[in-house]
Amino acid sequence: MLILKNIDVFYGKIHTIKRVSLHVNKGEIVTLIGGNGAGKTTILRTISGLIRSSSGDLILDGHDISKQSPDSIVKTGISHVPEGRLVFNPLSVEDNLLLGSYNRYSMKNRSIIKSDMEMIYTIFPVLKKRSKQLAGTLSGGEQQMLAIGRALMARPKLLLLDEPSMGLAPIVIKEIFRYIVELRDTYGLTVLLVEQNARSALRIANTGYVLETGRILLQGPAEDLLSNRDVQRAYLGRDVDYEI
Amino acid sequence: MYWEGEKECIDRGTLKQLQLERLQSTVLRVYMNVPFYRKKFDELGIDPDSFRSLEDVSKLPFTSKDDLRVSYPYGMFAVPLREVVRVQTSSGTTGMPTAVGYTRNDIKNWSNLAARILVSGGVTQNDIVQIAFDYGLFTGALGLHYGAERIGASVIPISSVNTKRQVKIMQDFKTTALMCTPSYALAVADTISEMGLDLSSLSLKYGLFGAEPWSEEMRNELQGKLNIVATDNYGLSEVMSPGVAGECALRNGLHINEDHFLIEVVDPETLQPLPEGKTGELVITTLTKEAFPVVRFRTRDLTSLITEPCACGRTFVRMSKVLGRTDDMIKIRGINVFPSQVEAVLAEIEGTEPHFQIVLDRKAAADEMTVLVEVSESIFFDQVRKQKNFIERIKSRLTSELGIPVEVRPVEKQTLERLDGRVKKVVDRRLV
Repeated sequence: MLILKNIDVFYGKIHTIKRVSLHVNKGEIVTLIGGNGAGKTTILRTISGLIRSSSGDLILDGHDISKQSPDSIVKTGISHVPEGRLVFNPLSVEDNLLLGSYNRYSMKNRSIIKSDMEMIYTIFPVLKKRSKQLAGTLSGGEQQMLAIGRALMARPKLLLLDEPSMGLAPIVIKEIFRYIVELRDTYGLTVLLVEQNARSALRIANTGYVLETGRILLQGPAEDLLSNRDVQRAYLGRDVDYEI
Repeated sequence: MYWEGEKECIDRGTLKQLQLERLQSTVLRVYMNVPFYRKKFDELGIDPDSFRSLEDVSKLPFTSKDDLRVSYPYGMFAVPLREVVRVQTSSGTTGMPTAVGYTRNDIKNWSNLAARILVSGGVTQNDIVQIAFDYGLFTGALGLHYGAERIGASVIPISSVNTKRQVKIMQDFKTTALMCTPSYALAVADTISEMGLDLSSLSLKYGLFGAEPWSEEMRNELQGKLNIVATDNYGLSEVMSPGVAGECALRNGLHINEDHFLIEVVDPETLQPLPEGKTGELVITTLTKEAFPVVRFRTRDLTSLITEPCACGRTFVRMSKVLGRTDDMIKIRGINVFPSQVEAVLAEIEGTEPHFQIVLDRKAAADEMTVLVEVSESIFFDQVRKQKNFIERIKSRLTSELGIPVEVRPVEKQTLERLDGRVKKVVDRRLV
């Protein structure tokens, strides 16, 4: 579905992403793991058009999207759930969700959008309960669900998820990851997941990529990466047997 | 039938992307983890970040068997030993051994790839698999063993034992698939007939043969004598061992597991890449090996690539049956001769078993080639004139095939020197 081939990204003179190649198959969860500053977020931002790559191919379903604007990339079917969630605090949950459908919002589409919103409420019942509440009053986990729900309102084929577990309690992380699996298994969504919480990410992913200083060091089936000792040592904190 | 159909029938475009991703990370990892490669890349000014296409592999230096020998035993390992779960050696028939290692993931991949080979050769979980390769440090037996277990077949790890016992077990256990070298399979067939056994008392259906080059004639002979479907499979310890490539039921070239290995065929003298279909040396870069990755390993095996799609549905490129080894190539009076050519001629001529030895001498500055042929006793003790005619036939066929004068001498069965069950095919006395 999505193919990156030799993507290079520069921040000023600094070569942050070095000829990264990766691919995401339809209906899979692919995770990108790596330490702080490895370039994980940069890759997601490059895919959604917020950063321009200096060279390389960015192909969605056979079409090059590397020159497209962020909003037209949303229209082609990629939604980005940013790091830190970035929900609109002063707006209600419902308005946050509605904003997610901005790319197709019109009077004509109102009933479709309404039913899509009902669908989001079915997936995340807690959002329905809080639909009139201001987003800023939600808990971290609920805000993450809202951020995902908002992204889904654009009807994406591919969801980019940046650190959904950040700042959440282990039990809440578990819940969020369960939702991600459900999105793939029940709704057939394709997910590119960036995570610091490598173990949880590899557990639910089909394929994984290990990023180190802007380069892909390893790629393979997620279960192989889980049992790779290098990955265990560097990213899974083998000594601290912290698992969720 | 496939073992991992989705992967074995992968769309070529997706495969290229996967290979590129894996090549890029492999190059990076060998540079970071193997001092040998780091030194070599630095000397040649190769930036491991500069690989942007599969064709860029040609910028990399070759790895030779000698490089591995120099690094013996652990110098080429890309992970610390504590992560290695198995150490084996190459078969050692061509010189000093080299050590290779496998991580847990390597063993898992190896088992899966061997399973692919077994399934494409016809083996299912209902089969009884007799593995007559030597166990121990030699990789052939264990690779197939793990693959067969992975499929769920019943495995008889008989290893190399007395051939009569081998046949007895085959009969008692109702073995349906035999795995060994083709020359050993021939010995098994001979023993079966010597023991006066009826083929119908055996349950054999499949033979998966490898570890040495063998001809189509030999396949026909084995299929006829053992009443089996005989497929060829290819692998070498330095790269992984069985699981690199194997024939499907169509028996028209060996599908290479390209999602794990990047292959090239080069001219063994100029080392330049050869176009599709041209015979040259097979060069392999591993794409997923963790403990023992190799970059552009010169296999010394001669083959050619077949890119035309196969009717079995697998999209992997095929390699022709290995025609011989570049080391086996002998220059006689300036002409390149491969023992496989001699084998093909011998197999053609009825009555000879393809066990032979080429002896080279130099007399008065001219090379002389003599082929010692093991012939069945009936011919050996028959009338002198009949035997002479027979030898003359082989001689004239060989001379016309090779384009040089050849002497032929019959010898009794089982008299040629053997090493691990294989006859030493060339004895070169010209240098002494």
